[in-house]
Amino acid sequence: MEVVQMQRAWVEYTKSLFREFSYSFFGWMKGFLDAQFQQLQLLQDESNPDFVAEVVSLFFEDSERLLSDLTFALEQQSIDFKKVDAHVHQLKGSSSSIGAQRVKNDCIAFRSFCEEQNIEGCQRCLQQVKQDYCLVKSKLEALIRLEQQIVAAGGSIPVEELSF
Amino acid sequence: MDGGGGSRENVMAGGAYTEEPHVLAVDDSLVDRKLVERLLKNSSCKVTTAENGLRALEYLGLGDEKRTSLEDNVSKVNLIITDYCMPGMTGYELLKKIKESSMLKEIPVVIMSSENIPTRINKCLEEGAQMFMLKPLKQSDVVKLRCNLMNCRS
Repeated sequence: MEVVQMQRAWVEYTKSLFREFSYSFFGWMKGFLDAQFQQLQLLQDESNPDFVAEVVSLFFEDSERLLSDLTFALEQQSIDFKKVDAHVHQLKGSSSSIGAQRVKNDCIAFRSFCEEQNIEGCQRCLQQVKQDYCLVKSKLEALIRLEQQIVAAGGSIPVEELSF
Repeated sequence: MDGGGGSRENVMAGGAYTEEPHVLAVDDSLVDRKLVERLLKNSSCKVTTAENGLRALEYLGLGDEKRTSLEDNVSKVNLIITDYCMPGMTGYELLKKIKESSMLKEIPVVIMSSENIPTRINKCLEEGAQMFMLKPLKQSDVVKLRCNLMNCRS
């Protein structure tokens, strides 16, 4: 595929991640990514060509650990809601930092249920967060693969075309 | 924790920076450390990161593990930027320890937080924080930060 076509595909795919809507347990959900993701792209340049891939990979590592800790914490006989909240707070932070909007919003809802000590609410939030995490993960992986192809073919990532 | 060299030329008496300012960034989140490091490096700063308050204090020469030349470490760091919510020692507690130290109290400290809570912000500013910044940080925040620092130095 030509560089120009790949660049165009990248722009379209990224834009779709910003605007995609879907219906879930919480009602209409916003796009997978928000403007913070664009900030990350802007930090990538020739001297730091893998910055986005690196941060995203740290996010995956972090998230998987936190989701596993959350699963464990919610399986306990007596749930430590403070601990659950602490994990969710961390996940909310890292998802916010990379622009994973939907995961971040799921965490906000999750924290309310923690505050109420609502076990069922927490369980449902965990499911929702896991689902949205898996979705954003596969989309980010696809995006990064496309970026790597563009760069390998000698092109650059057209971040400017994302302005909205 | 990775180090960055610094020199006494960084800050002259009440003057502007001649070289890159050396910033110590403290945050328990891996993702946020990486992000703040890149943001700062893009603004021509040397960056050292620490994953918690204790490590930060050790680096600055206040920990149990004393270094051979305490003065070296102090002149190394021109700014400390720390997350507020950290397990163990919070960013606020770290700020207090720094301001209570005759050796370190002149180093400007910036607090970052994902939560916009006025009482929290006031508490930090009252304790001597230079600035309070909301996460997630963007390039424009770091530019503002540098301007703020340059103004208070020159």
